[in-house]
Amino acid sequence: MTDTVQETAVQENADPSQVGVGPPKRALGILSTVALVVAAVVSLFPFYYMVVGSLQSEPNSGVSGAFPNPGNLTLGNFSAIDDRIDLVTALVNSGIFTGGVLLCTLFFGVLVGYALARLQFRGRGIVFAMLLLVQVVPFQLLMIPLYVLIARDYGLSDNYLGMILPFAINSTAVFIFRQYFLQLPAELFDAARIDGAGEIRTLWSIALPLVRPAMLTAVLLTFIGPWNEFLWPFLITKDPAKQPLAVALANYISTVASSVANPFGAILAGAVVLAAPAVALFIAFQRHFVSTDLGSGVKG
Amino acid sequence: MLGRQPIGLLFSAPYVAFLLVVFAIPLGFAVWMSFHDFFFTAPGVAVPHPFVGFDNYRAVLSDPAVLSSFAHVGVFMLINVPLTVILALVLAAALNRAIRGRVFLRVAFYVPYVTASVAVVGVWLYLFNSGGLVNKVLGPLAPDPSWLVNSTWAMPLIALFVTWKQLGFFILLYLAALQNIPKELYESAATDGAGTWRTFWSITVPGVRSATGLVVLLAMITGANLFTEPYLFTGGGGPDGASTSPVLLMYQKGILQGNPDVAAAIGVILTVIVLIIGAVNRWISERGER
Repeated sequence: MTDTVQETAVQENADPSQVGVGPPKRALGILSTVALVVAAVVSLFPFYYMVVGSLQSEPNSGVSGAFPNPGNLTLGNFSAIDDRIDLVTALVNSGIFTGGVLLCTLFFGVLVGYALARLQFRGRGIVFAMLLLVQVVPFQLLMIPLYVLIARDYGLSDNYLGMILPFAINSTAVFIFRQYFLQLPAELFDAARIDGAGEIRTLWSIALPLVRPAMLTAVLLTFIGPWNEFLWPFLITKDPAKQPLAVALANYISTVASSVANPFGAILAGAVVLAAPAVALFIAFQRHFVSTDLGSGVKG
Repeated sequence: MLGRQPIGLLFSAPYVAFLLVVFAIPLGFAVWMSFHDFFFTAPGVAVPHPFVGFDNYRAVLSDPAVLSSFAHVGVFMLINVPLTVILALVLAAALNRAIRGRVFLRVAFYVPYVTASVAVVGVWLYLFNSGGLVNKVLGPLAPDPSWLVNSTWAMPLIALFVTWKQLGFFILLYLAALQNIPKELYESAATDGAGTWRTFWSITVPGVRSATGLVVLLAMITGANLFTEPYLFTGGGGPDGASTSPVLLMYQKGILQGNPDVAAAIGVILTVIVLIIGAVNRWISERGER
């Protein structure tokens, strides 16, 4: 994952002159452009169709329905889904769930990532081995014992803590922090130690400001996990007042009672509300997947 | 004794505690549960959970619904894994050459990955229901009964959906791997007069070999975890159970029907299969490195 972060930075330096030289390469260039355009259309069309469908007052699933028709536009689907799912409550629940996971991951993840990268202590190898091991154990396989422990034994069903607990520290984010802290030059830390700075001070005022891009990457990666998560909150929230939007919308889909005039319109309106924050955040910050000016901290 | 910077222990302690509470203890508990007679009781009621040996495993392995759920995941992987590897590698290679619009394309491919399954399942349901846009376009070619209520097409459609949704992530993995192939290899191939296809096959494909191993492994783990899509697309594994997955059965047996011990046994079997797949995958890619 970390490699992907820097990949564009490297790409920008790629020599453009090697692309599209000579006739056979040109044919290949056209072919790959066609493939890329087709793939982009296939990737994006469902999103376009989601928005168009959410705005139709009369559902039109024909070919003409794929184009917005001014006579058939409405925001009624949004109020229809809001009548069935309290969108504000569901969004607040999603926000608390996601925010809790983000806070824990940033705070504890930076600490352990720094320790794994920069500190010599007994047991470091074991902690790192555990970090790699948990990536292999798929979460769903733990769902039954976790359900028994968290919902039954600890009584944390319909509770934000119970929702957050299994995701509290994202191991992928820990791994990213470690990789970024590793990339910092050793001289930086030697100098800080010679100057008498303690580890907490070194971490807070020297290392942390240099790994801001990692923080942003970790936030973006961690955000989509709990925001999009369905299975776990679905298992432990039965009270609609505590359900995140993904769960509330899924329950609406699976019980798609035709009690609204345009059930698909309502589903798509809910889908737009659920998809928009993650997509917007990703598009807004996508350039931060790119720049990693780590070298600037050492030179000079 | 504790190393040069023992404060590292303090920094790691919350994470270690988290791993114990969320991974190690539940993992051990799952194994324990699968060998005992375990059922839900009111909180605080002490009831014996006698050891039953392999009874739960016997129940699981003699249940045709469980066996067919594993077969469904097999069908899923047969479609999803090769499609993912080929599409992700071809698109990453094309994207790597592209000069213009690269940022837009990356975003376009990645957007399905960052979106909640629940949200995009909603659109796919609208697209693929019997009166949906896809069937209107296909006309008489549309399957009857329609995709998700057709026991032949339900699982392949789910596999197609997951391929579509995850593709952007795998394209990024391949893009990173492509960056690590030394440019000199391509230059010497060009000097030797190797054609595009030859270059792709002899330099690009072996050059991203370890990434391919990772893509295959992650795609298979996704398959083993399949739950949300069959649950939402087919109302819990229909038609006639043709799209059930092991995790869906774990939910139904463990939580809806109150047999967490049987569900835990399914989970253990699934974990063992995933670990074997991981080991084989590693063995193959390490052999290839030599």
